[in-house]
Amino acid sequence: MDLLIQQLVAGLATGGIYASLALSLVMIYQATGLINFAQGEMAMFSTYIAWTLVNAGMPYWPAFFLTVGCSFVGGILIERLVIRPVENAPMLSIVIVFIGLLVVFNSVAGWIWTHTIKPFPSPFPDQPLELIAGTAVPMHAVGVVVVTLAVMALLYFFFRFTPLGLAMRAAAQNPVSSRLVGIRVGRMLALGWGLAASVGAVAGMMVAPIVFLDPGMMSGILLYGFAGALLGGIGNPGGAVLGGFMVGVMENLVGTYVPFVGNELKLTVALVIIVLVVLVRPAGLFGKVSVTRV
Amino acid sequence: MTDALFEVRSLHASYGSTEVLFGLDFTLDHGGITGILGANGAGKTTTLRSLCGMVKTRGQIRFDGRRIDGMATEDIVRLGVAHVPDGRGTFTGLSVEENLRLGAYTRKYRQGVARDLAEVYDHFPPLANRRKQQAGTLSGGEQQMLALGRALMLKPRAMLLDEPSFGLAPLIVEEMFRIVGLINKEQGVSLLLVEQNASLALDLADRAYVLETGRVVLSGPAQQIKGDAKVRRSYLGY
Repeated sequence: MDLLIQQLVAGLATGGIYASLALSLVMIYQATGLINFAQGEMAMFSTYIAWTLVNAGMPYWPAFFLTVGCSFVGGILIERLVIRPVENAPMLSIVIVFIGLLVVFNSVAGWIWTHTIKPFPSPFPDQPLELIAGTAVPMHAVGVVVVTLAVMALLYFFFRFTPLGLAMRAAAQNPVSSRLVGIRVGRMLALGWGLAASVGAVAGMMVAPIVFLDPGMMSGILLYGFAGALLGGIGNPGGAVLGGFMVGVMENLVGTYVPFVGNELKLTVALVIIVLVVLVRPAGLFGKVSVTRV
Repeated sequence: MTDALFEVRSLHASYGSTEVLFGLDFTLDHGGITGILGANGAGKTTTLRSLCGMVKTRGQIRFDGRRIDGMATEDIVRLGVAHVPDGRGTFTGLSVEENLRLGAYTRKYRQGVARDLAEVYDHFPPLANRRKQQAGTLSGGEQQMLALGRALMLKPRAMLLDEPSFGLAPLIVEEMFRIVGLINKEQGVSLLLVEQNASLALDLADRAYVLETGRVVLSGPAQQIKGDAKVRRSYLGY
């Protein structure tokens, strides 16, 4: 029972990270129809920025928010400078641009900060939290879940109840009609990228204390995030978040209780999920099947 | 100094390298209703799109005396031009109320929005009953009402209506035209009305232009065109 609760909480914590990445992926997918393969590397790069700030003496939370702000601006710049010029290019060209971004971020991070693994501070106290039945879980895991849920709630509120959030949703769904009500679609796209980059930065800073900071930190995690987004439904932000949490919990429970999986094959669980979803229910658990008239 | 809200001179428009409008001249007066008629493919929809900066154009388009050819759609809209496109252009994934609120997106003063929303629901009771419903699930007539409502939320000076009667039952069309006429009379919104249903349009409009393959072949007061049987038969088919 102890083990189950611990694995559940740990699963929810990593699930929160996957959910954040899944949400970033879905946001860009909804706005552009594209999967941002560089999302993980962008998050990793943001985390290195935070590391630099903290190492220079800045206290954690100011560094955290400054990093989120820089990532927001960075996301907008990437959309304007890298993505906008290839807007109307064939799909394959755009995919290559994304992969190029991935490689550039990864290499530049390794070049600036070297490939030496670095520890990253957690803002949450070190002592474990006592839950029911005397089981103890790390504070950081609980903190990650709380932060993730807070970010999700903020975004939900923004998209659902503010005029700007409504305009962004409209621009993603129907750019032509959006122009007809005066929405500047290009700006909405840039904003979407900024938001996605910010969410990714939060995910990176939350996971770094657990897996330690190095340029390859996010590559596996992006895969989990992708699995979560697919499982929940790539067109559905709420579903993607749920999918992320589900993948996190599944990964931990399968790794613990299914004998032959263990730690080595955990990543394989993510890949199996992806394959199963695409085979059995491509729209995901909560996505809508889109029907096109031919 | 003219009385025209929209003044178009020598309008050419093309899709890529294919030219579809060949030098149109027409006007829309302040508070007036102008009909643009013609058969399928005559260039009526392209004309409305040209006014909104949605296609490549040559020539002069003036709105309230100011050149707007070459301006981006979003900026033309902010001058007070509401375009209800063919196919309605509703945001099918959003709710009825969200669609209407989007119509008010560019308005600087938010106080009037709630009141105008109530007014739209007043004009179109079926929408009031379906505020939270997803727009894509509405019937054709309801979607047309929604498209009109969204245009009204802009508080426009001019509305461009592209085939509002398309695919709708005659009773609904009658009601819709009645409301549109009311809005023109009470709020002074000028209307540019593209219609294949010439008889309906000529009843509502005060002047009309007939297009044929990208050119104006006939123009004049609507009553005059309506009364000329020979003209009606050769150009409008009835």
